[in-house]
Amino acid sequence: MNLGRLFAIAYKETLQVWRDPRSLAIALLMPLMQMVLLGYGVSLDIRRVGLCVYDQERSQISRELVERFTASDWFRISAKLGDEPAVRDAMNRGECIGVVTIPVNFSRVLASTGTASVQTVFDATDANTTNIATGYAQGMVGEVTAAFEAQWDASHGLPPRSVGVVDLEPRVWFNEGLDSRNFIIPGVVAMVLGLVGAQLTSLTVSREWERGTMEQLISTPVTAMEVMIGKLVPYFAIGLFDAAFCLCTAVFWFDVPFRGGLLTLVATTALFTLVVLGIGYLVSVKIRSQLGASQVALVLTMVPITLLSGFTFPIDQMPPAIQGFTLIIHARYYITILRAIFLKGSTLTELMVPVLALVLYATIIGWLAARAFKKRLD
Amino acid sequence: MTEAVVADGLTKTFGSFTAVDHLNLTIAKGEVVGFIGPNGAGKSTTIRMLCGLLRPSAGRATVAGFDVGREPEAVRAHIGYMSQKFSLYGNLTVRENLRFFGGLYLVPRADMEERMHTAITMAGLEGRETALVRTLAGGWKQRLALGCAILHRPPVLFLDEPTSGVEPQARRLFWELIHHLASDGVTILVSTHYMEEAEYCNRIALIDAGKLIASGSPGELRRHELGGVLFELECSAAGATLEALKQAPEVIDAAIFGDKLHVLLRDASAASGLQPLLAAKGIEAAAPRAIAPTLEDVFVQLVTRPRVPEAA
Repeated sequence: MNLGRLFAIAYKETLQVWRDPRSLAIALLMPLMQMVLLGYGVSLDIRRVGLCVYDQERSQISRELVERFTASDWFRISAKLGDEPAVRDAMNRGECIGVVTIPVNFSRVLASTGTASVQTVFDATDANTTNIATGYAQGMVGEVTAAFEAQWDASHGLPPRSVGVVDLEPRVWFNEGLDSRNFIIPGVVAMVLGLVGAQLTSLTVSREWERGTMEQLISTPVTAMEVMIGKLVPYFAIGLFDAAFCLCTAVFWFDVPFRGGLLTLVATTALFTLVVLGIGYLVSVKIRSQLGASQVALVLTMVPITLLSGFTFPIDQMPPAIQGFTLIIHARYYITILRAIFLKGSTLTELMVPVLALVLYATIIGWLAARAFKKRLD
Repeated sequence: MTEAVVADGLTKTFGSFTAVDHLNLTIAKGEVVGFIGPNGAGKSTTIRMLCGLLRPSAGRATVAGFDVGREPEAVRAHIGYMSQKFSLYGNLTVRENLRFFGGLYLVPRADMEERMHTAITMAGLEGRETALVRTLAGGWKQRLALGCAILHRPPVLFLDEPTSGVEPQARRLFWELIHHLASDGVTILVSTHYMEEAEYCNRIALIDAGKLIASGSPGELRRHELGGVLFELECSAAGATLEALKQAPEVIDAAIFGDKLHVLLRDASAASGLQPLLAAKGIEAAAPRAIAPTLEDVFVQLVTRPRVPEAA
């Protein structure tokens, strides 16, 4: 490998990227757009979900119950319904995700027996949201009724119920507010880097094939290694810039707590950037049209990162075969690393396994790409 | 060693298609050889094999003493190549392109400025050093590509249709550069489909359907290859005349050249019989005139002649 030739390639590639509006747009605008879209768009929390109330009783207690729903951050009351057909109608029109029906004898039953029930009907089309919403609704109804039950028991001279011997006191660590954003944003950073990095390099070799410059290039004594490293140099700089941008957005805009070491973050991010650029380069070497290479790079990165990296779906809840498959998803390791550095403040030693996995990944991709670059036309 | 390029039974097949068929070619040092043939004849494929860009299916070739199949990197270091498609970087400037190729060919830093200056002067690009290459006209682009290909002073140069699509004056200028290089001892194989450019070469290699069908200096080819005497004939109905002439036993071949016919006769004495022969079929024709064959005549004749082994 000759440094002079490597420098010639790197310098030429830098000039080309600098003068190519398409590459610049991918390098600078895509991270911005994706951070905003994904950062705000992807959330596993429910906030102010529409709920309809069919209050048959309209008593003081029932109103108090409805009040509870309104006051919470999770629900908003989108409509108060007057009869049974209106319930079905509201659900069909998607006006609300669920209907709380308070029976006409709610407070009477509560007063006489000490317990009463309300009916909730939920639209399970979006099973995930419904699941979370049902949980919150149950909790709220439980709180209200528990208060009344306690009152009732006291006024009837009964001892308080359900005083267990063992009491569970849950504590959560690292993401104390159980805020899904703290968990999602590091994943978004990995996703943006994964997509942008592969897109950037997916064009670098295919462009030369398309414009006919490759035939001239491979007629010179340049080696595959010099072409690969030389071409990756400018994109590595751009990748690191994009990474810094995304990580700063995560910390300073989305307020994700950062508890780890800066050096650990920089080192692991540089490693992941290298893997991502390598994948794009490999695709570019294999596919000789820019459009094709860009599409393949998109599919190869987007689908696995979204579905199989643990970004949106927890890996340990996937079927065993799929879990095994996620081992070859590069973003899975970086997401693990990022979440650990951000929320737990993990060190490089603690992250040994995913870091080594990425090192291995980079080595294999680099080897494949160098081998795939042929200095022949046939 | 006086041979710069030796091809011995060089063959390239793509699937069942034979692009180059047992081609033998020897080019002496400092020779300018024109590679002539119709599109798809195998010119580019041959040149690409000689540059080490395609692996020969059979046969072998050496360039500057190195085997193209076994030592392609050594070959690449000793050649300059201009591919058929313009292949400099359009969004780089003149200087940036030169610097890039100078870097790839490891031109010594101390010589770089001087060689870039030579290339810029040669291409006539003084004052345009910082222009983006995509903004240049065709002739300049081609001369700059040549400048990039010779930055490292290669002993052998392969030029694949370097003048296609370039205006005539720029083409002439380009050929002057080629001869200038040859006078410095550079060996040049240049393919073209402009027949008149063949006259600029020391030697011509005619290729058709992957086979070398003739080779020699322009003069030699004109003298020996026709196997008859050439006459020019002016007539009214070219198509019908052509039909009539081809049936005549004394006519070897006839072809339309512009608004006239070129007729190849076995014997000059048969010329006087042509007018009566055509008149018998109701075709009016002027008296045939003996002419010196052009290379195009030779080429048309060679390509259309039924191929017998060792015909050339």
